[in-house]
Order: sequence, then structure tokens, then C-alpha cells
Amino acid sequence: MTDKFDRTPAGSPAGPVSVSKGATPAPENIKAIPVRHVGRWISGVVVIGLLVALGYAFSQGNIQWHAVGDKLFDKNVVAGAGRTLLISVLAMVLGVILGVVLAVMRLSKNPVTSWVAWLYIWFFRGTPVYVQLLLWFNLALIFPVLNIPFIYKDEMTDVMTPFMCALLGLALNEAAYMAEICRAGIQSVDEGQTEASHALGMTQGKTMRRVVLPQALRVIIPPTGNEFINMLKTSSLVYAVTYNELLRSTSQIGSTSYAVMEMLFVASIWYIVMTSVFSVGQYYLERRFARGSLRSLPLTPWQRVKVNLAAFGNRPSGGVSA
Amino acid sequence: MTTPMVKAEGVHKSFGAAHILKGIDLEVAPREVFCLIGPSGSGKSTFLRCINHLEKINAGRLSVDGELVGYRQKGDKLYELKDSEVALQRRDIGMVFQRFNLFPHMTAIENVMEAPIQVKGETKAVARARAEKLLDRVGLSDKAGNYPTQLSGGQQQRVAIARALAMEPKLMLFDEPTSALDPELVGDVLDVMRGLAEDGMTMIVVTHEMGFAREVGDALVFMDDGVVVESGHPRDVLTDPQHDRTKSFLSKVL
Ligand SMILES: Nc1ncnc2c1ncn2[C@@H]1O[C@H](COP(=O)(O)OP(=O)(O)OP(=O)(O)O)[C@@H](O)[C@H]1O
Ligand SMILES: [Mg+2]
Repeated sequence: MTDKFDRTPAGSPAGPVSVSKGATPAPENIKAIPVRHVGRWISGVVVIGLLVALGYAFSQGNIQWHAVGDKLFDKNVVAGAGRTLLISVLAMVLGVILGVVLAVMRLSKNPVTSWVAWLYIWFFRGTPVYVQLLLWFNLALIFPVLNIPFIYKDEMTDVMTPFMCALLGLALNEAAYMAEICRAGIQSVDEGQTEASHALGMTQGKTMRRVVLPQALRVIIPPTGNEFINMLKTSSLVYAVTYNELLRSTSQIGSTSYAVMEMLFVASIWYIVMTSVFSVGQYYLERRFARGSLRSLPLTPWQRVKVNLAAFGNRPSGGVSA
Repeated sequence: MTTPMVKAEGVHKSFGAAHILKGIDLEVAPREVFCLIGPSGSGKSTFLRCINHLEKINAGRLSVDGELVGYRQKGDKLYELKDSEVALQRRDIGMVFQRFNLFPHMTAIENVMEAPIQVKGETKAVARARAEKLLDRVGLSDKAGNYPTQLSGGQQQRVAIARALAMEPKLMLFDEPTSALDPELVGDVLDVMRGLAEDGMTMIVVTHEMGFAREVGDALVFMDDGVVVESGHPRDVLTDPQHDRTKSFLSKVL
């Protein structure tokens, strides 16, 4: 840190130049003692102290840290993380598609479709997802055979594999939430847009697909990103339907190797890595769909780094146009 | 006798209990520039929106180029048209809004290309070629890649006109196309409209620009409280109004 303030004022020429004698001398820079931010120092010390205490507590706890490292990339753990990702992505995709359909149905002029969508949302939002998963899992108790006349017939237990239970349970529940998010998004689009589109001769369907939904996405995407990050974590509930995702695969290792806590750490690390990666992805996705709503997009962190680097080479650069 | 481009006979429109249009009778000839003036709330926009069936009329008959708007007549019975059939009718009627209503997620040229591709099934190349020509016509060929937020109000409105023209309509509806614009931007938009009029486009223009009405208009109607109060040649109505209501309105706006 420097406490000298005697640099020549910016813009003044470096070498000796003939300055007329009568010129006013460069103003003396203010020498003042800066405000002391005592609170910042105190809070910083307190936080560091607490962290040290926490770290110490964990280091004294009966934890085999090496087990965490050893098992982090265990092939069952990695496979479990892969399944968590798979089931989350599939459930989300299905949930979004069904959610959009439900939202359009809900807003439809047809009272029957609107009412059906309302009923669906009412049921799936009104019951815990855990209960829904168990319902799918135990479906065979009341329908031993799945029979769609002339098309399909099979034992329910063959159809309702752990994977199917997990997928249906998560996706159908998600659809109810996505429907409400999409509805809000669709309703946020100015009515003038629909009118302009209709006036051009576009049908209801084309208007929805080409004009309304793309604009609704800007409103829909941020909460959808949150939903997906939630989904990554909620997917741990499919433990209950014996689908071998991350939590289940780590817990199995934990209970056989008596490293219960260690394996929960392993699971936590994987969850936090996955949610962090998708948070970054969400940032870029939101940026992409801000096109047309801002005159120029703000720089991404990476572009800012590049601009700063370029500034060292004295190359000016501005914002990126949308 | 040629078929009128627009023919309204006793058109009524209510929103719930509010009776807005109380029997409108008028005819717009092909290639005519037809101006519609009147105080705020008199139902001008509502009438314009009835012409392309954005609003359903409650009584009377409204036809465009000899075809009933929104209905099909068989014998003495009227059948409501399906969504897709209404869309088919609207292809031929362009509309320009007070607040532009450009699609904000598309660039200027994409706005112009959208309907021909989606509605007429044109190829991108054909649509793009026409869009370029139209943007040039409204003086915006250098702004083709801009999003609407990157354009001034006057430029947005000219893109909106190009977008409507891309469907090659036989009738253009303008709903106060310049009233959301700063005064210095009004001229560019009016110039484009003047050019359209010279090319023989049939236009119905709701406007407060009396200068434009006098100079370009072939016919003018003064509406108040949901009825046509006075109509005639713009020169006559604007300089020598016959009705008191027209007089008092004109004295306020001129
Ligand atoms: N969708 C609607 N529902 C209910 N009332 C409406 C609707 N649209 C218009 N109105 C009413 O109809 C009346 C006429 O409206 P309109 O927009 O046609 O007037 P205008 O002559 O275009 O006025 P301005 O010059 O202000 O645009 C107004 O009182 C308005 O409140
Ligand atoms: Mg109006």
C-alpha cells in the first residue's frame, strides 16, 4: 500500500516543457486520513475466527478424510452422479414440455381444457413430490396389469421400473410448477404483439409459437433455471423408489464401509459442483434470451477479462451489441 | 360499378354494456385514401379493428372487397368463420398500430420477413429479397440488422409499415401511426404513407394530422360518439364543416 499522493496530475506532459513562469502551480493533492472502517475489520476477524473453529472441529471429529478423497471418483459414485444428472435433465425436459402445454391449455378459451389444466396443477402442486413418487412406486398394488386395449399389455411392475417411477414422479410434479411459470411468462407479453401477429394473418398456433413464446421465454427462463437446480437436489428423493442415483449409491457405500458421514460429504461435493456448473450455464442462457430487450448486452465475466487485458495494450473496446 | 374495398352497413359494436359503435355506414373505394377523424373515445380504433376482425361486430354488415368479414353467408344464414379462415382474410389487410408493435425479438428485416414465410410459406431467400426492397423503400436499408429497441420511434413505425406491406395487402389500415412520435419524426412516416397513396394503395387512416388529411386524403369522415357525423372531401369538411360538433372539434385541433 502506498500513502504517497505526489504523482504528477494525469495528462501533464512527462518531459520538461517550457511553461510560462506565471502559470499556476499544480494544486497540491489533499492529504487526509481516510475513514477507518472499524466494523469491516471486526466482522472480518469474527468470520475468520468462526471458520477456523469450524475447521478445527471437523479436523478433530471422527472423520476419515482420506475416504472422501478415495471415494469421490469411485465408479459407483460417478455412475450415481450420472444417473442424477440423467433423471434431472429428462424430468426437466418432460416437465417443461408438459408445462408449456398445460399453460396454453390453462389460458385457452375452451373451458374444458382450461379446467383440466387447472385440476392437474391443483393436484400436483397440492401433494408432496415424495408422496407422488411413492404413489407411482406402489401403482402395482391397485393395477397389477397395465392394459391399454389393443395397444399394450404388461405387468405393472415391469413397466414401473425404478427409473420410470423416478421420471414420472419428478416430471409430472415439475410440469405443474412449470405450467404456472409459463403462464406468467405468456401473460407478460404485450397484447399488441398478438394483435400485430393476427393482423398479419398468422393463426393462433403460429402466433403462440413464433411471437408469444419466444418473448415469454425471457420471463420463463430465470425461474426455470432455479427449478432445474432445485430438480438436481429434489432428485435425491427418488432414493425412495430405489433408483440408484447419487445419494443412493453413496449411501450404499457409506453403510457397507461405515463411512456414513464421509459419503454424505462426497454426495454434497457432487451436488454442489453440478448446481454450480448449471448456474453458470443459466447466466449465459439468460443473456442469450435478453436479445432485443436491451440495446446492448452487458459483458460476460470472460469478456470483461478480455477487455481488461486489451486495455493493457491500450486498445479501446466497448460493449458488444445485442 | 366497382365493388367498394370496404363497405360498412349499420355496424354496431358493444363491449359489455358500453355501446361504442352505433350504426356506422360508409364506403371506401379502391385506391382511395380514406381519413377518419374524431375526438378520443369516439370509436375510431374500434371501427378499424372491426375491419380486420380483431373485434367482432354485434350488428350490421361489414365487407372487404365484397367478402363479409368474419362470416360466410349461405342463403340467409351467417356462419362464423374458423380461426384459420379469419387468418386467411387478414392476409390481404395490412395494419399499422399507434405503438408500432414490432416483434422485439426479431431484427428489422426478420420482422418484415416473418409473415410471408409463416403465412404464405415463402422461402427465406424470396422473403429476404422482398424485405430488402421494402426496407429500402421506407429508407431503412442500413438498419436491417437492428433490433426494434435500437431504432427510433419513427424508424420503428416505418419498419412496421414495411412489415405490413410484405404481405402485399390490398388494403392498409393506419391507426394514428404518428401520434406516438416526436414531432420531428412524423414527417418521415407521413412521406412513406404519401408514397403509398401515390402508388394507388387503398388506405384507411385514423389521424390527427389534418395537414396530411387535406393534402393526401380523398375522403374524410368525422366520427363522434360512435356515429358518422359528417363526411365528404377533406378540403370541404376541414374548411367548411356543416355540423356544430365537427366545427367545435376542428376548432380545437386546427
Ligand atoms: N376491449 C375493450 N373493452 C372495453 N372497452 C373498450 C375496449 N376497446 C375500446 N373500448 C372503449 O371503446 C371506446 C372507444 O375506443 P376507441 O379506442 O375506439 O376510441 P378512439 O376513437 O380510437 O380514441 P383515441 O383517439 O383515443 O384512440 C372507449 O371508451 C374505450 O374505452
Ligand atoms: Mg384509437
